[in-house]
Amino acid sequence: MIRAEWVKFRSVAGWVIALVLAAAAIAGLPVASGGQGTCYGNSCAQPLGPGGEAVSDSFYFVHQPLTGNGAVTVRVTPLTSLVPVPQGGTQRVVECWAKAGIILKTSLAAGSPYAAIMVTPSHGIRMQDDFTGDIAGPVMAAGWLRLVRSGDAITGYASANGSAWTTVGTVTLPGLPAKVQGGLFVTSPQYTQTSMGVASISGSPSQSTATFDRVALTWPGTAWAGTQMGGSAGGPAPEPATGYWHAGGAFTITGSGDIAPVTNGPSGIGATLSQALGGVFAALIILAVVGAMFITAEYRRGLIRVTLAACPHRGRVLAAKAAVIGLVAFAAGLAGTAVAVPLGQRELRSSGVYLPPLSGLTELRVIVGVAAALALCAILAVAIGTVVRRGAAAVAAVIGLIAVPYVLAVAIPVVPLSMADWLMRLTPAAAFAVEQTVVQYPQVADVYAPAYGYFPLGPWAGFAVLCGWAMLALALAAVVLKRRDA
Amino acid sequence: MRRAISAEWAKTRSDPGAARLLISLVALSVALSAVTIGAARCPAAGCDQDPGRISLTGVYLGQAVAALAGTTAIAAEYGTGMIRVTLTAIPHRGRLLAAKALVLAALVLAASALAVGASMLDGLLTLPGHGFTAASGSGLVSGAMWRAAGCAVLYLTLVALLGLGVATAVRDALVATGITLGLLYLFPVAASLAGDPAVARHLEQISPMYASLDSQSATGLSALPLSPWQGLGVVALWAAGALLAGWLVLRVRDA
Repeated sequence: MIRAEWVKFRSVAGWVIALVLAAAAIAGLPVASGGQGTCYGNSCAQPLGPGGEAVSDSFYFVHQPLTGNGAVTVRVTPLTSLVPVPQGGTQRVVECWAKAGIILKTSLAAGSPYAAIMVTPSHGIRMQDDFTGDIAGPVMAAGWLRLVRSGDAITGYASANGSAWTTVGTVTLPGLPAKVQGGLFVTSPQYTQTSMGVASISGSPSQSTATFDRVALTWPGTAWAGTQMGGSAGGPAPEPATGYWHAGGAFTITGSGDIAPVTNGPSGIGATLSQALGGVFAALIILAVVGAMFITAEYRRGLIRVTLAACPHRGRVLAAKAAVIGLVAFAAGLAGTAVAVPLGQRELRSSGVYLPPLSGLTELRVIVGVAAALALCAILAVAIGTVVRRGAAAVAAVIGLIAVPYVLAVAIPVVPLSMADWLMRLTPAAAFAVEQTVVQYPQVADVYAPAYGYFPLGPWAGFAVLCGWAMLALALAAVVLKRRDA
Repeated sequence: MRRAISAEWAKTRSDPGAARLLISLVALSVALSAVTIGAARCPAAGCDQDPGRISLTGVYLGQAVAALAGTTAIAAEYGTGMIRVTLTAIPHRGRLLAAKALVLAALVLAASALAVGASMLDGLLTLPGHGFTAASGSGLVSGAMWRAAGCAVLYLTLVALLGLGVATAVRDALVATGITLGLLYLFPVAASLAGDPAVARHLEQISPMYASLDSQSATGLSALPLSPWQGLGVVALWAAGALLAGWLVLRVRDA
């Protein structure tokens, strides 16, 4: 059965050429995309955090070396934030994730391990470590903070009045050296204004200021030094002025940047691997056409009667067709993605686009996952073609189900964000999530929209949605094929 | 010519498939627009979402049906061999294509007007309640809205004619539908992925679909790559090019 279907497929030159075209489209588009980098200054030399992820590690740091166990206590005022306005000058804003507090960092090297306790204007007191760790504390925009080191363990405390203390959390930094850099810091991420959709977003670097007083160290104090850590978040806009002012035991610190993992939205930088996979969409349309044709051509030419006479078990005919089209589409997809994933990354990076480093496992998942998703799309086309029996209608249905939601939610995001997320959960286009290479962090404010590569479902969950559609369509096709005259 | 038109009209009228397509054009467009309108919110702080574009989101789905109506209008005749009868009755092939184009355009124009009218009405009634008011800077400007609606109707009609042209050239409904929808949806995807903004802008300018978006926008026209009427002109050029190619193939080749 499978052999018969394979012979049918192989003997139509147009279908074989279409498959080669689909593979070539996936493999060839990264070369054509080229592009202009988004890197300004040192923004593309992002350090890697202890967990291997790309991070921003830029803040203003008033520090001194601290050896052994001890504690830092300080009182901090609310943060005030400014962003530049296009007309010139600056404007007061609430930068929800500006941070001011105490940090202990293994060294001044970018991306080095750290633990910190901080106040934020809108998210209360947080205890954060190694860029991805985040513990919520009491909801206060100002107050007393304390960070205590005991061996590898660092504990953060918060207090409203300096006498009654709440433990926020304890983190362990394995292998923390005896001598660390400790002190006060202020940082302020890219300010993003979002209205309802993706189309209305503007971002600009912000700067925030906080005043610290009643600084108490249990270590013997040495002189404080001020250091601008890392670059600012980057961009063509002038760098915000940062620095510190020490008078009468109080420190007023202005900082800009972020201590957080890098994200890809308008608040972040860079591109995702999807940018190198534009050919997948072209291949999808080609495979929808081939898949629909594979079955509807039989109806048009009357060949279906011969096929069903040769193999009266109709479910088996459908299964064989699905298996053959799935395998050839998978092979074509794999040939394309195996070239596009490494080549596309090299092209993007060489043209100055920042692309966070990907693990080999992620690359493999994208290569195999995208090919498998294309195979399922072709199977879906066969199933729909069996049900409607008219090739043109089947192609329009497959494209309407997969391509239209993708275009609406990702390519030209015209629909509101909530609807874009639902389209990427319910429609077969959810399978585009296998291209996802970025992670959402609740402690980093950004627009986590499908248009920026953030899908509401995980890679394999999105893939499962397409599987569900394909299975459902195949079941319907099997029922219809058995009941109906050919 | 009148005989050719009345013959085409009789064929279309007696085909239940054509009626189903036109009904689904209206139903799918209005449904997608209604869902988008229902989900759209404009906060009091203001938003630069275009209420015209939100109301007309259904066009993105409706155009797939319009293209399908165009491709099946002629390719179905090739599928059944009916085209030989048709050409015997109307030997002047240019006249036949013109008659098909006229009947198709009239029907799609009527269906699109219904779809776009209902979508716009929904938007006009619902969006002010979702914060799209003059105060939030996203008011519904009536003149621009009507222009956007008119352009959307003409756009859907031109997409159907593009489908007819492609189908006349390739003579297979399935392949023609794939090519037409590929043309419509591939350009915006390529433009969104192009790294170079200049390349993206050029892609948007020559794309049959991006051009249509321009003509639908009710606010913020200056930021768009083409003016509304230029955008519609690009689609018209695509449709004219496809029809010309179809006419040449129809003239030269055996049926």
